[in-house]
Amino acid sequence: MVETFDKPEIRTPENLVYSKTKVLTDNVLSYCPGCGHGTTHRLVAEVIEEMGIQNNTIGVAPVGCSVLAYNFFDIDMQQAAHGRAPALATAIKRLLPERFVFTYQGDGDLAAIGTAETIHACNRGENIVIIFVNNGIYGMTGGQMAPTTLPGMPTSTSPYGRDTQIMGNPLKITELVAQLPGTYMVTRQAVHTPAAVRKAKKAIRQAFENQILNKGVSFVEVVSNCNSGWKLPPVKANEWMVNHMFPFYPLGDIKINGEMVK
Amino acid sequence: MAKITGDIVIDIERCKGCEVCTTACPQEVIAMSKEVNSKGYNYAIKVNANCIGCANCAVVCPDGVITVYRAKV
Amino acid sequence: MKELKLMKGNEAFAEAAIRAGVDGYFGYPITPQSEVLEYLMAQKPYEQTGMVVLQAESEVAAINMVYGGAACGKKVVTSSSSPGISLKMEGISYLAGAELPAVILNVVRGGPGLGTIQPSQSDYFQATKGGGHGDYRLIVLAPASVQEMADFVGLGFDLAFKYRTPVMVLSDGVIGQMMEKVELEPQVTRRTNEEVAAQCPWATTGRPVNGPHRIITSLELDSAKQEIHNHKLQNKYKEIEEQETRFETIGCDDADYLFVAFGSSARICQKAVQIARAKGIKVGLLRPITLFPFPSKAIDSYSKQVKGILTVEMNAGQMVEDVMLAVNGKVKVAHFGRFGGIIPTPDEVVKALETKIIGG
Repeated sequence: MVETFDKPEIRTPENLVYSKTKVLTDNVLSYCPGCGHGTTHRLVAEVIEEMGIQNNTIGVAPVGCSVLAYNFFDIDMQQAAHGRAPALATAIKRLLPERFVFTYQGDGDLAAIGTAETIHACNRGENIVIIFVNNGIYGMTGGQMAPTTLPGMPTSTSPYGRDTQIMGNPLKITELVAQLPGTYMVTRQAVHTPAAVRKAKKAIRQAFENQILNKGVSFVEVVSNCNSGWKLPPVKANEWMVNHMFPFYPLGDIKINGEMVK
Repeated sequence: MAKITGDIVIDIERCKGCEVCTTACPQEVIAMSKEVNSKGYNYAIKVNANCIGCANCAVVCPDGVITVYRAKV
Repeated sequence: MKELKLMKGNEAFAEAAIRAGVDGYFGYPITPQSEVLEYLMAQKPYEQTGMVVLQAESEVAAINMVYGGAACGKKVVTSSSSPGISLKMEGISYLAGAELPAVILNVVRGGPGLGTIQPSQSDYFQATKGGGHGDYRLIVLAPASVQEMADFVGLGFDLAFKYRTPVMVLSDGVIGQMMEKVELEPQVTRRTNEEVAAQCPWATTGRPVNGPHRIITSLELDSAKQEIHNHKLQNKYKEIEEQETRFETIGCDDADYLFVAFGSSARICQKAVQIARAKGIKVGLLRPITLFPFPSKAIDSYSKQVKGILTVEMNAGQMVEDVMLAVNGKVKVAHFGRFGGIIPTPDEVVKALETKIIGG
């Protein structure tokens, strides 16, 4: 008989402190083990559940690893062409202004092919939430160089490391959109530790609540890992992220309530 | 003084064995199984009864496989 | 009450969109269609009907705004001209794949590339054969008057919602820019959100309380399911071919020869019919109103009656291929075209009939 260390006597509804939100479906996430996409999905879904807006929210899925996000969120969702999610969200919010609207995009989608849509939605001050998961690589297509790939970082299309003289520089699009008058909140978070997750959730909650104020884009970057693309086990990938990604993409609020954070 | 105890229920079929929960647990309750689930992943298991129901493991779990209970005893 | 006005084709399209109760227009300036956006911005329909009008950052953004709005079950429109339509092709393919209703106006100018801002019909292939990637069709309506620029907004939406498919109004720089009298339909009230939800249970307007959630996507990773989806689309296009083919005939009953022409070329051919008949040549005109579905059966029905068919197009010979397919060798078919922004004269058309068909 294997010892299970179960305590069935305390498993009562009043003692329940954490279970998967009902705003996520029971479909198994298509992400690799340890991927921050799953955690970020969960936070968005928990915020939607806690705000009671499951039937009043429309999400937009990108192209990339999270292309199937619509299978995981139990809300109405649209799948956008690569990079165009902010254009879809612009129309959805303008045509259904009483709905909560968010896009969920990776770094290739948002900061390369969709740069124009991102910047102009932010500059127009569309009253939407943009969730931006930045892992510095194209995950779904097999680990190619992304606009956010760090200098010197190897990928399948920068196998000897990103040589900025040849391949150009990583784009800090979050700092860039913070400069635009149409963004009301711009923050950079992570989901690798319990403390980071709790903080990121607060930021996502704030971003969704901002839509009620009708003051422009709330932009939440989540610096994340790509265990498969980085070719590291999940725990090691998180360590690599702390040591390499965070110095280049420092966590914290960049713009709050329409004001730059000093 | 009331003592806090906790318990977690792990949906081992949905667990992908990423081990992130093991580093998040302050009580070193979680380790990975030697067995694999039907997807071939070593899954998270409890290795002691020291759980305090802090939910750190569930909070960092990318796949939402952990349910947490906490009680005063 | 209908209202009679003197308007440009582009303006008539814009005014008809307001009156048809359209929910949103998303556009980007390009000659020769910028009057659509200019007119809407000047009219400020957002203050009267609540219609959203937005100048997007690009044609690409505009068509994807259309996708977002259409996926909410809203009546949404965009307009552009040839190079801009090329940019929209990705989005149009997604609209077709996701089965979303929308009306897209192309006021065609000459190409390829940046080409010319003068009128052309050189986007026939692009409009009727796909243009974007994947096996899909658009319903393509070809207006030949300012009146039809207005009428095809309403017709376009009727068809778009009936079949859940994007509809292209394939105009050209002549029809878009010229002024004519137009009889405008009275203002239709925009549908309420409840009416949209009832008409479009598939639309993402917020998950119903009892579920299930709605998903608008053109992605299917399971090939077996994708093939089923492709069959469904093809069956829809077949039904459209059976139900929605539209054309007009002028002077065809006793015709020995036939012009086949659409849009502004058809107007030129009307005059050419008169000139030719004055010379004793009995020629008629068949004007396809829908380019997809193409009036192949109607054209084929003349293959025993007439001695030859001349297609007149402002391109290097595009629709002529569909006419040849329609008659399948039973009668001589030739093409006459001017392109690069040149508009053929009726005399040129008659001469082409004489040299390419009668004497050819």
